[in-house]
Amino acid sequence: MDFDLTEEQRSFQDMARAFATERMLPDAAAWDEGKIFPEAVLRAAAELGFGGIYVREDVGGSGLTRLDAAIIFEELAAGCTSTAAYISIHNMAAWMIDRFGSDEQRRRFLPKLCRMEHFASYCLTEPDAGSDAAGLKTKAVLDGDHYVLNGTKAFISGGGRSDLYVCMVRTGGAGAGGVSCIVVETGTPGLSFGAQERKLGWNSQPTAMVIFEDCRVPVANRIGAEGDGFKIAMKGLDGGRLNIGACSLGAGRACLALAREHMGVRRQFGKSLAGFQALQFKLADMATALEAARLMIRRAASSLDAGSGEATFHCAMAKRLATDAGFEVCNEALQIFGGYGYLKDYPVERYLRDVRVHQILEGTNEIMRVIIARRLLEQGAAL
Amino acid sequence: MLLTEEQRLVQDMARDFAREQLAPFAAERDRSAEVPRAALAQMGALGLMGMCVPEAWGGAGTDFLSYVLALEEIAAADGAVSTSMSVNNSPYCAALLKYGSDAQKQRFLVPVASGRILGAFCLTEPGAGSDASALATRARAEGDGWRISGVKQFVTMGSTAGAALIFATTDPAAGKRGISCFVTETSAPGYRVGRIENKLGQRASDTCQIVLEDLRVEADQMLGRPGEGYRIALANLESGRIGIATQAVGMARAALEAAIAYAKERESFGSPIIQHQAIGFRLAEMATEVAAARQLVFHAARLRDAGLPCLQEASMAKLFASEMAERVCSAAIQVHGGYGYLNDYPVERLYRDVRVCQIYEGTSEVQKMVIARALAS
Repeated sequence: MDFDLTEEQRSFQDMARAFATERMLPDAAAWDEGKIFPEAVLRAAAELGFGGIYVREDVGGSGLTRLDAAIIFEELAAGCTSTAAYISIHNMAAWMIDRFGSDEQRRRFLPKLCRMEHFASYCLTEPDAGSDAAGLKTKAVLDGDHYVLNGTKAFISGGGRSDLYVCMVRTGGAGAGGVSCIVVETGTPGLSFGAQERKLGWNSQPTAMVIFEDCRVPVANRIGAEGDGFKIAMKGLDGGRLNIGACSLGAGRACLALAREHMGVRRQFGKSLAGFQALQFKLADMATALEAARLMIRRAASSLDAGSGEATFHCAMAKRLATDAGFEVCNEALQIFGGYGYLKDYPVERYLRDVRVHQILEGTNEIMRVIIARRLLEQGAAL
Repeated sequence: MLLTEEQRLVQDMARDFAREQLAPFAAERDRSAEVPRAALAQMGALGLMGMCVPEAWGGAGTDFLSYVLALEEIAAADGAVSTSMSVNNSPYCAALLKYGSDAQKQRFLVPVASGRILGAFCLTEPGAGSDASALATRARAEGDGWRISGVKQFVTMGSTAGAALIFATTDPAAGKRGISCFVTETSAPGYRVGRIENKLGQRASDTCQIVLEDLRVEADQMLGRPGEGYRIALANLESGRIGIATQAVGMARAALEAAIAYAKERESFGSPIIQHQAIGFRLAEMATEVAAARQLVFHAARLRDAGLPCLQEASMAKLFASEMAERVCSAAIQVHGGYGYLNDYPVERLYRDVRVCQIYEGTSEVQKMVIARALAS
């Protein structure tokens, strides 16, 4: 067990940190306030290889590991959590095509995705199928060499702006086994979008409903076999959960740094806040929680990289722990800033708003507990 | 706790008003950040803006518990409006009532207690937050009166109030005993709104930086005696803190009610989610927490009505209720899943609005200082 990063990992960690500090952090408040999707900055991130971090290299990916990705997402999220989280979703969708698509599909879709010349969305959730995702109702009916799609997807990151929508739709009977994965390209007749959602945070990325009305999609756009869609979606989420957990770590770390700095500068009762034991202990707990969550994220990433049978179990535990810890740390930082923490002039309230949704998406933390408990209660599960 | 007939009437009146006149417009006000002056004026007409002030001075003459009952109802409908109500009642009206001369009451209490104008409380400064005694605002004697200069931070209703209490140092050598309290019309030259803050929540309540530039006040605008200001600032801390605790209970209750309604209606895995034990138990915990906080609030309020000391009880109520409220509002978002993160559902706003309850009127850390000091004495 080696807890140190390799020299290579340290070098792209530095690169990601420099990019986040120089290209994301200075504009994050404006993106949030103006609800701006920073496309040029996303493309610049892709130039560094962040558009297809664990996509294979022959189609423009970086061919890195999940552990590498977790390190990168933590850094990017410290700059702008919302933008980093979008990059994470884009990466998840790209990887699903890379892992389960044919060579033809890989060559057709991935080079542009890896350059972020095209943006991708992941479409699983529906208005009435959230946690209960296998109950999705969007229908895809075979008609010659096309599927005809009808239904609605909800809470789609990139919705209305993305070029490719990686969609889980029902081609067969009820339940998970009747779901297939189909790529829908923007501009396809019958594809439309709901209004942009107004949200607590994550304002630098669009969120909208994706609507299919007799939307004809070539069968050639189906990823994997009919009926494999739910499995593909869940495999994508294993990695997506790590990435979103890593984004929580980045937000938490940024807030921890801000809180530490504020404690050194702000004086009350004749001494700096850093001199008060209650706040010292708070800072100690924040750092401890983050470090524990970081270790769990990296451990789960190693499981996924190794193809371990426990990867889903570890990813669920890591996502739950890291998104809770990241949120708590941001919230404690807000408290250390007092009244200023509540103002938009200081970045902590933005990190807090952005990071809150990490406890909800990619499977709510309640669903993480379902996954963890199910595994624990299996006959003979190791503890 | 059993309420008297009169208390129940007050509660019903406030609840009806809040449900009909405030709740339907809260989401829109949150987006526009518009202070609902008309609604606040209506509240004044109903006696909600100076509840514990005797009728002779423009108030409603109720006991303190009635105020708490009404404030919870207002907070459950619109947290931002409850903050305006809270500041107006106490600290502003309470300080005038206790320390004002008859002439000062006529001029500065009657119009505010009756809700014709609003009252602001200018204590906090950029460099004096939790440590409220470290004031940099100076009042210099000039002729029969004073000239005040300085900057006040986080002033609720700073741009909408017609009158303001201002704390300033008259004798810098005397430390906190050199602080005096003044009262002024905000139309006076030298009272300027520096900026209106852009906040996480409570957006329909204006929070302002107030710049005082040679603000002229006459001798009869000093509340109490020279050097008595810090005492005046602290005198109504209990009421203010019980008020914030009440607001926290009201907002948490609203989030709980929204979560219950959603959990009954939303189905997953073949049943309403309230039937899933993890959700049902979470709601049970939320309801228990709200009820426990309310009892702490009622207890402190009854001590205050009885004229008994309640500094520690008020701090405990504020500490517990404000932290409870964030937990409950966050849990209510979680029960709503992705919908909870959207503006379309009230829990998103409640969560933003309630967060400041752990900060203003003394942060949770300050409440712990108060409680710990009482334990150590």
